[in-house]
Amino acid sequence: MTRPMTGIDQQILPALTVPGFGRRRMLAGGAGLITLPMIPHGAWAQATRPGAAEITVDRARNEPIAIALPAFSGDSAGLARDIVGVISNNLARSGLFRVIDPAAYVNASGGDAPNFANWKAISAQALVTGKVDGQGGDKVRVEFRLWDVLQGAQIQGTAYTATLTNWRRIAHIMSDVIYERMLGEKGYFDTRIVYIAMSGPKDRRVKRLAIMDQDAENNRFLTDGSFLVYSPRFHPTQDKITFMSYSNNRPRVYTFDLATGRQQIMGQFEDITLSPRFAPDGNSVVMAQTRGGGSDIISVGANGSGVRRLTDGGGAIDVSPCYAPDGTQIVFNSDRGGDQQLYVMDAGGGGIKRISFGASRQYATPMWSPRGDLIAFTSFNSATFSIGVMRPDGSGERILSESFYCEGPTFAPNGRMIAFTRETASQDARGRGYSSKLVTIDIAGFNERVVNTPTDGGDASWSPLGQ
Amino acid sequence: MNIKILGAFAAVALLAACSSDDKMATPGTTAATSGIVAGSQEDLVANVGDRVFYDLNKSALKTEGKATLDRQAAWLAKWAKNNVQVAGNCDERGTSEFNIALGNRRAKASKDYLVAKGVAGTRISTISYGKDRPVALGSNEQAWMQNRNAITSVK
Repeated sequence: MTRPMTGIDQQILPALTVPGFGRRRMLAGGAGLITLPMIPHGAWAQATRPGAAEITVDRARNEPIAIALPAFSGDSAGLARDIVGVISNNLARSGLFRVIDPAAYVNASGGDAPNFANWKAISAQALVTGKVDGQGGDKVRVEFRLWDVLQGAQIQGTAYTATLTNWRRIAHIMSDVIYERMLGEKGYFDTRIVYIAMSGPKDRRVKRLAIMDQDAENNRFLTDGSFLVYSPRFHPTQDKITFMSYSNNRPRVYTFDLATGRQQIMGQFEDITLSPRFAPDGNSVVMAQTRGGGSDIISVGANGSGVRRLTDGGGAIDVSPCYAPDGTQIVFNSDRGGDQQLYVMDAGGGGIKRISFGASRQYATPMWSPRGDLIAFTSFNSATFSIGVMRPDGSGERILSESFYCEGPTFAPNGRMIAFTRETASQDARGRGYSSKLVTIDIAGFNERVVNTPTDGGDASWSPLGQ
Repeated sequence: MNIKILGAFAAVALLAACSSDDKMATPGTTAATSGIVAGSQEDLVANVGDRVFYDLNKSALKTEGKATLDRQAAWLAKWAKNNVQVAGNCDERGTSEFNIALGNRRAKASKDYLVAKGVAGTRISTISYGKDRPVALGSNEQAWMQNRNAITSVK
């Protein structure tokens, strides 16, 4: 450290790791494995002055925070440019920040004492400066500071030392710090999305399990497409996922260990098992099991034992269960009343209560927000499909997005953003024009954006936050 | 392998749909085609009818579907060594997970009918492909009608 950080205390940051992912990550093909060294350490410095700029997300929706990200200094200009690019992209895609065009920057030198007048002149509310220096070998040190331009004060100063291969994670972690310091809520940038990558014609669709960073980078295919796969869902520690596979033409629920690639069938059932999700404690998977012409909700212990039947629909289709984040209740989709509607029950299976009542609409694929305050769903009638949210008691229903076809909402771990699947209609009898895309939208219904997956995609699950 | 077979069926179904307005394919009404081995999958498709159709969100068999399954039951009685798989399918106007369960319900409805007509249940397996193995690729009611089906194939 050649220059002192002014007006701040320095502390040692606990080791930056995401369980499982911090150390190992699956590669393509379902068998490859590389080691991803964890970030060794970081030096942490936090503003001691309270009352730094904080505004609510709802206000930001109308007035995104104007933020400036001039080029980072240091001896690694190329890497610095890449890191700033990732941060800019993250903040802009959130819809809560407006990254000011660098062409407008006047005297953009950062350092320890920015010329705040220059940044005020272009209406910047926040400023990020930084420095990237090689540390010999594959080590790099990334330092960044977040400034409150209006108050002329540093909000945050943090330095990370890491291996070069981790540069994207550093950029995401820095993005999360900026988001949290400016908005007062956890960010969701250092997260991953598991989804179904799709390719090929509509009648012979190839589906592969895939995992990527939330910004669609670092995409990896986990299965080879030789059998259909559905509904990958994260374990709360991100170490593994549960999903449904048509391997051997026997559609069943499996778990997939992301570190080892090991797949394990969840229980031994004669019939189809589908639509799995882990319980919040990660010790069991709730899913549907077909029985006769219907399906019931069951719970299976994480090692495949300890099967508990939670519903007996008597021929009704009960499917797509999802726990409340506190684990006390489960929301699911059922046609027990004729139409498909959403029902909530106790985690043990009792006290079933219908919560969806939209006029002449049906409901499916509920997901409980990680914040507990909302349930996202698919809603449809004969003409259109929608993604919406409602409170867990069914009140306050809001439609966020409507189109020819959409389904399968999944919340970002901070509960502020939803990813879902949107399909376009075939334009002719050969299926031309058909596509499936992953789309994100914020829970207020603003800022809808297509996720730039390498192939068509959908049926996603957003990872929990790292630690 | 299975996928290729379904692809061939799709061509058959599309041609039938094109040539007969809104009437569904009823191959059992056509005369036996030469070159087809009796008791084979091709025989089932051409001379019996390998599929039945369902209404939107429904798994109840319709009159025409029952007639097709009656022919399948008779054919299976004649070709007692043939085991079959009944695959249930759905149109694209439903969510993926529910449609897998709905396709299963349709396959079970067809199987139950065949069993009621005397075919041993052990000869009939069922599976559902939800909406991911459509026979018609358009996004209109004519395509969706064809895709709400249960298809029987020799295993």
